[in-house]
Amino acid sequence: MNQQESLSISSHQLSSSLNTAQKFSLTFIVIGIIIQLLYCIGSIDIQPSIILATGFGFIIFGSILYSHYQYKGKTRGIKNDKVWFNSLTNRGVWAWALGIFLTVFYVLLYWFPQYLGHSDNGNNSGLIKLFDPLSHLLKGKPTSQWFVYGVLYTLIILLLGVKFIYKYRHNRYQCIRTLSIIFFQTMIAFLLPEILISLNLPFNDFKNIWPLNYSFFYSWHIDEMLQNGSFGIFILIWGILSILVFTPILTYYFGKRWYCSWVCGCGGLAETAGDPFRQLSDKSIQSWKIERWMIYSILVFVIVMTIMTLYTRFSGKAEFLIFNSYQLSRWYGFFIGAAFSGVIGVGFYPLMGSRVWCRFGCPMAAILGLIQRKKSKFRITTNGGQCISCGNCSTYCEMGIDVKSYAQKGQDIVRASCVGCGICSAVCPRGVLRLENGQLDIRERGIRSSC
Amino acid sequence: MKVVIIGNGIAGTTAARYIRKKSQHKILMISSECEFPYSRTALMYIYMGHMKWEHTKLYDDQFWIKNRINRLKDHVIQINIRNKKIALQSGNIIDYDRLIIASGSQSNNYICKGNSLIGVQALYHLQDLHSLEEKTNNGINRAVIVGGGLIGIELAEMLSSRNIPVTMLVREKSFWNNILPEEESQLINNHIRTHGIDLRLDEELEEILGETTVQSINTKSGTNIICNFVGLTIGVSPNISFVKDSELKLNKGILVDSHLQTNIEDIFAIGDCAELLSPDSGRKSIEAVWYTGKIMGKTVASTICGLPTEYHPGIWYNSAKFFDIEYQVYGYVPVKDPNTDSIYWEHKNGLHSIRLVYDKSSSIILGFNLLGIRYRHEVCEKWIKEKYPIQNVIENLSLANFDPEFYPEFESEIVNLFNQKCNKTIRFSSSRSLDLVNQFLNT
Ligand SMILES: Cc1cc2nc3c(=O)[nH]c(=O)nc-3n(C[C@H](O)[C@H](O)[C@H](O)COP(=O)(O)OP(=O)(O)OC[C@H]3O[C@@H](n4cnc5c(N)ncnc54)[C@H](O)[C@@H]3O)c2cc1C
Ligand code: SF4
Ligand code: SF4
Repeated sequence: MNQQESLSISSHQLSSSLNTAQKFSLTFIVIGIIIQLLYCIGSIDIQPSIILATGFGFIIFGSILYSHYQYKGKTRGIKNDKVWFNSLTNRGVWAWALGIFLTVFYVLLYWFPQYLGHSDNGNNSGLIKLFDPLSHLLKGKPTSQWFVYGVLYTLIILLLGVKFIYKYRHNRYQCIRTLSIIFFQTMIAFLLPEILISLNLPFNDFKNIWPLNYSFFYSWHIDEMLQNGSFGIFILIWGILSILVFTPILTYYFGKRWYCSWVCGCGGLAETAGDPFRQLSDKSIQSWKIERWMIYSILVFVIVMTIMTLYTRFSGKAEFLIFNSYQLSRWYGFFIGAAFSGVIGVGFYPLMGSRVWCRFGCPMAAILGLIQRKKSKFRITTNGGQCISCGNCSTYCEMGIDVKSYAQKGQDIVRASCVGCGICSAVCPRGVLRLENGQLDIRERGIRSSC
Repeated sequence: MKVVIIGNGIAGTTAARYIRKKSQHKILMISSECEFPYSRTALMYIYMGHMKWEHTKLYDDQFWIKNRINRLKDHVIQINIRNKKIALQSGNIIDYDRLIIASGSQSNNYICKGNSLIGVQALYHLQDLHSLEEKTNNGINRAVIVGGGLIGIELAEMLSSRNIPVTMLVREKSFWNNILPEEESQLINNHIRTHGIDLRLDEELEEILGETTVQSINTKSGTNIICNFVGLTIGVSPNISFVKDSELKLNKGILVDSHLQTNIEDIFAIGDCAELLSPDSGRKSIEAVWYTGKIMGKTVASTICGLPTEYHPGIWYNSAKFFDIEYQVYGYVPVKDPNTDSIYWEHKNGLHSIRLVYDKSSSIILGFNLLGIRYRHEVCEKWIKEKYPIQNVIENLSLANFDPEFYPEFESEIVNLFNQKCNKTIRFSSSRSLDLVNQFLNT
C-alpha cells in the first residue's frame, strides 16, 4: 500500500480566519483611523486637507481592499456559510454590542450632539471635529452634526456597497441595483445638496420624496422654496410631481423596488450595511399583522399632520378639531422621524433585521406598497414544481415575507411589502423565483400550480 | 373516518394537508424522526449555517392545530392488517380506517470491513445530521465520501464549508455520468475540483481501518487515505423493514397500483417507499424525489376523500445544485441514445451549459439539460408535451429563460450552433418578458 503523498487541497478554500491580505487591508483602515484620532485630540497640527486625504483615504482604500480579499479566494456564488453560527449575525453578544453602540450613537446624534463634540460656536471637538477638514473643504465652515451623519452615511453605503457587489458578483441584478444605490446616495443625496448650498441655493435632496421627507410641506420649507425664485419653484413642483406622478407611474411598471431598493437612502443603508442582518426579520403571521397596522397608521398620521401644517399656513390657525398642527409635527418629528427611523430603524439592525423602519414605519413604503399590491405589473413568479421547500428564500427575505409558503404552492408573490431586492431569487438553490414586470397573475395565466 | 399516516415527510404531509382540505376525516400523522415536518432537502443548509432547523419547517406550528392534523412522535413496528391496527414502539396500539404508508427511504449500507466503526455514517435523517455535527465538533481531520451522487456532493459541500478536507471516491469514470451526458459530467468534475475537493474517479472503497473509530481507509486501487470520517452516500432504498412480515406485496418498495393502493384495500403507499406496478412511460417505478412525493400525497388524498384519482406525474423534471452550479432538467436527456441528437453549448468559464435533446428522425424536442442557467418549467413542459420541432423551440428559446433580470442571455449562441449544425439561418430575437410567456402558454 502506498501512502497518500499529496492531497490536493487548494488552501484558500480552507482558511477560515482572516488571511494575510485581509490583515494587511485592516492595517490601512487602522492607520486611517489613528491619523484622524491624532488630529482630533490635537496632537498633530498640519493642513486639514492632508489629514483628510490621508485619513479618509486610508480608510476607504483599506476597506475596499478588505472586501476584495474577503471574496477573492471564494468562488462565485451564494456566501451564507456560518451566518447562523456567527455571534454578530445571530443575535449573539457582538450583535447586542453593535446594536447598543448604534442606538447610543443615534441618541447622541439627535438629541445630545455636544457629547459627540459638537459646539454651536464652531469650536468642535471629538468625533465631530474629525469631519472639520472635509467640511472646510466642501463649504468652508466647521461641521454640524448633520454633516457628520451625512458623510458617515454616504461612506458606509459606498464602502459596504462595494463589499456587497463583491459578495454578489455573480448576480448582475444585485450589482446594478447596488451601483444605483451608491450613485443616488453619493451624488444626489450627498454631493448635489452641498453644491447647491455652495451656490447659495436651498439645500435639497431630489430623491427624498414626501411623505418620507415629512418636512417638505412644513411652513418654513415652503417659505424657503418660495423665496428662492425659479429654482425654489422647481423644487416645489418636482416634489409634488414626485409623489403624484413619478411614483405611481414607476411603481405601476416596476413595483416598489424602483424606489426602495434602487434609489432610497434608508433602503440603501439597509441593503448595504444591513445586508448581514437581513435574515433576522421576523417571518411570523403575527408580525405581518403588526406590520400592516403600524405602517398604515403612520401613513394616516403623516397625512393628517401634513394637512394640518398646510391648514395652519393658509389659515393662520394652529387648531382644528382635536388637532394642533405644531404639536402634531413635533410628535411626528420626535417619534417617527427620529426615534423610529433612526434609533430603532438602524440601531436595531443587528437584532431585528435591516428593514424594521421600511417594513413597519415608512409612510412612503406604505404608499408604494398599496400601489404595488393593487395596481402594478411587478410580481415574483415561481418556476412550476421546482420548489423543494428548503426555506432559504423566506429566511433571507429582509421584509419578513414567507416567500416559501407561496413558492411551494406555485403561487405568484404579490405583497405590498416586497421591496424587490431580489435576494430570495438569488439564494434559491433551485431557480424557483423570478422578479418580473408582467400583468397576469398565475391563476389568470392558467398555469397549473404544482401543489 | 380515521386516516393514519406513517411518516411526516413531504409525501405524508401533503396527503394530510389535502385530506383536510377535502374532508373532515380524523388525521393522525406518525413519525419517529421529528415532531414537526421539515424539509429534508434543506439538511445541508442547516449544517452550513445558512439556516436553523426551524427555518426548514414546512409550515408554522399553528398550521397543524388550525387544520386539526394530529401528530405523534413514535415508531411504527408492525401493522396488523386483519384488525386494522398498528403497533408502536411505545407499546401503544392505534387503529385506522385508512392507512397511508409514507415512510420514505433509508440510506444504503456499504458492505465492507469496518463499516460500523465510529466515524462512518450516511446522511438522510435529522439524526444523521446531529451525529455529523457531533463528529465535526470532535474534529474531523479528513473526510472520505464514498459515492458520487446528489447526496454525496451535498455532503462534500457541507464538510468543506467547515474547512474540512474532503476526498470523494466515485466509482464511475466521471461524476454522475449515469445520469449526466459526458460534457456536463466533465464540467461538474472540474467544478468540484475548483472547490478544493480531492475528487477520485474510477475509484472505490475497499475497507475501513481502525479499532473502534475510523483511522484510515483503503481504496480498491490500493491507496491508503488517513481520515477519521467516512460518509457513505451510495444511494437510498425504500424504508420498508417494518412491513417485511406483513401481507403487503413488496418488491424493492411497497407495490402500488395507479391509484397508489397496495394489494390490501384501505392501505396506500406514497413517496419514496412506494413502487409503482406500472409507471407512465418515461417514468421509473421508484422515483425518490421531492415533488413526486408531493404529487402522490395530493393524489392519494383525492382517492381517500371519495374521488378515485390516478397518479400521473407528467413529464420528468428535476433539479439539484452542485456547489455553485444549479442544475435543471426537463424531459428526456439520455446519456447516450442513438435515436436522439442534441445541441450542446457550454460557456468557456465552465459555469454554464445548455443542452437541447431532440429526436433524430422527427426533429421533435425531447428534453432540456441546464447547468448554471434557469429555464421556465411550464414553457419547457409545453414544448415537450406538444411535440414542438426543435427549430421552433430554438427560434423562441428565450421564452424559457428564467434567469434574473440583466443576466447575460446565452440563447443567441445556441441559435448560432444550431444554424451551423443544421445549415439554417434562424435569427435570434430576445423575448424574455413575462407577457410573451403568458401569450405562449395560453395558445
Ligand atoms: C440530503 C438529501 C437531499 C435531498 N435533496 C433533494 C433534492 O434536492 N431534490 C429532490 O427532489 N429530492 C431530494 N432528496 C430526496 C427527498 O428528500 C426525498 O425524496 C423525500 O424527502 C421523500 O419524502 P417522503 O415523504 O417519501 O419520505 P421521508 O422524507 O423519508 O419521510 C418519511 C418519514 O417517515 C418516518 N418513518 C419511516 N418509517 C417509520 C416508522 N416505521 N414509524 C414512524 N416513522 C417512520 C421517517 O423517519 C421519516 O421522517 C434529498 C434527500 C436527502 C437525504
Ligand atoms: S423557492 Fe427556492 S429557496 Fe424558496 S423554498 Fe423553494 S426551493 Fe427553497
Ligand atoms: S420577497 Fe424577495 S424580493 Fe421581495 S423583499 Fe423579500 S427577498 Fe426581497
